Amino acid sequence: MQYMLMLYFDEAGFQKADKATLERRHGAYNAYTEAAKTAGVLVGGDRLQPSATASTVRLKNGKSAVLDGPYAETKEQFGGYYILDLPDLDAALDWAARCPTADHGTVEVRAIWPM
Amino acid sequence: MEMSREDQARQFAETAARQSYGKLVALLAARTGDIARAEDALSLAFAAALAEWPKSGPPATPDAWLLAVARRKLIDETRSRQVRNLASDHLRLLAQEMEDAMEDVPDADIPDRRLALMFACAHPAIEARIRAPLILQTILGFDAAAIASAFLISPATMGQRLVRAKTKIATAKIPFRLPDTPELADRLDAVLEAIYSAFALGWADASGGDARLGNMAGEGIWLGELVAALMPTEPEALGLLALMLHAQARRPARRNESGDYVPLAAQDPALWDVTLIDRAEALLYRAGAMGRPGRYQLEAAVQSVHAARRISGETDWQAIEHLYDALWIVTASPVVALNRAVAQTQTRSVTQALAALDDLAHDPRMAAYQPYWAARADLCARSGDIAAADAAYQRAIGLESDPAVRRFLQKQQARLLRN
Repeated sequence: MQYMLMLYFDEAGFQKADKATLERRHGAYNAYTEAAKTAGVLVGGDRLQPSATASTVRLKNGKSAVLDGPYAETKEQFGGYYILDLPDLDAALDWAARCPTADHGTVEVRAIWPM
Repeated sequence: MEMSREDQARQFAETAARQSYGKLVALLAARTGDIARAEDALSLAFAAALAEWPKSGPPATPDAWLLAVARRKLIDETRSRQVRNLASDHLRLLAQEMEDAMEDVPDADIPDRRLALMFACAHPAIEARIRAPLILQTILGFDAAAIASAFLISPATMGQRLVRAKTKIATAKIPFRLPDTPELADRLDAVLEAIYSAFALGWADASGGDARLGNMAGEGIWLGELVAALMPTEPEALGLLALMLHAQARRPARRNESGDYVPLAAQDPALWDVTLIDRAEALLYRAGAMGRPGRYQLEAAVQSVHAARRISGETDWQAIEHLYDALWIVTASPVVALNRAVAQTQTRSVTQALAALDDLAHDPRMAAYQPYWAARADLCARSGDIAAADAAYQRAIGLESDPAVRRFLQKQQARLLRN
């Protein structure tokens, strides 16, 4: 079963963080990605550009209406994801707890719809 | 009058349903994690049993018969889905797995996977308040309407929540297995809590006015027996069963002939059920010997001290206070603090007990908690503060839902003003 770990965190807090904190965080994400790769569970994952750069599209009367900004303004923003291949939800929750985001934000775990 | 063949078959099917429902659901859903489909297949199998058994006579191994029929139904259903969705590899695979699953269990030897199913239902990813209803449904086969009435929720809402939980178990793939050792204690606690909440629901209905609720206490004990039998080396599982049996033993003494509430201290120990008490004591002893104390063992131990009054004629309040001290360390629950304060009325003084209640007054959970106000009223009365006692009784009466207890509190309040 593939699971998507959706990473939500406070972007403003990320921007305000000092250099040492940022370096520590990057190190933690690199180590986590590496660990998932070594364990053979990593399918993919990316960090996203800040939500301020997001655009939202909807069809209205057959025409696309484009809005500036993310789908929802929230305290924490969707900032990246991992896709992991794991046997069950327990394993997915273990990997979510290890993810550095769990420490400074929130990780949402969802099973991927099998095609 | 002799029972007709149909009635006999029906009774036989009903017994099989109670004893085997959870066992069969656990097996049928083990591969796919899809509880709802397993239940549908099983209910078709029970319907087939009701049609078949009166004619052919009940089978030698009803479990195996029901399992075989339910599996056939599951496969049929998966095949017909396949026809609708030819493109779905997933479903084809599922049907294959189903057929494999049919082969790997010899008919007479059906393994018991109910515990794994209970752990799935009480998984931390399942909303806490739906865990007990879910266990009652999947293990005992209660319908949503019966569960809804017990939990004071509308049947439609309960139905939706149960469906949602089952969908989550299947689609998020919550595993059907015993958790690994580091997580076992926490997870087992969730299972035990769900069982205890089912029991407590039935227990609260002391008069047995609501047949469904009275039954619920029995079902809670039945589930507790099951977990204790399947996990005989988990002291908390034994502790919970001991606790429930102790409480159940006092059931006949909780109301007098006119249906009035009798508080524990005024109960006649001769009315307590000795067989249940003896079983509870034996379980608690076995649990204690394992050297891993916990919440349920401590609570059962409190009940055990109360039960000792049957022999000694008195209650060892000092022991009860110590046990509540220990429980406080484990749970930090305001209810424990309240019970400890009540014990301190006997071991220390009314003033000290009242001071302990004052500390609790800030806890917002106490505002609508009847036992807090009843205890407060009693202590104020003992300390001579009639006005405060009267106000506290008033509040307790307003918070009570059981008419017998309400009458009892009203009598206490009236006596206060007479003296």
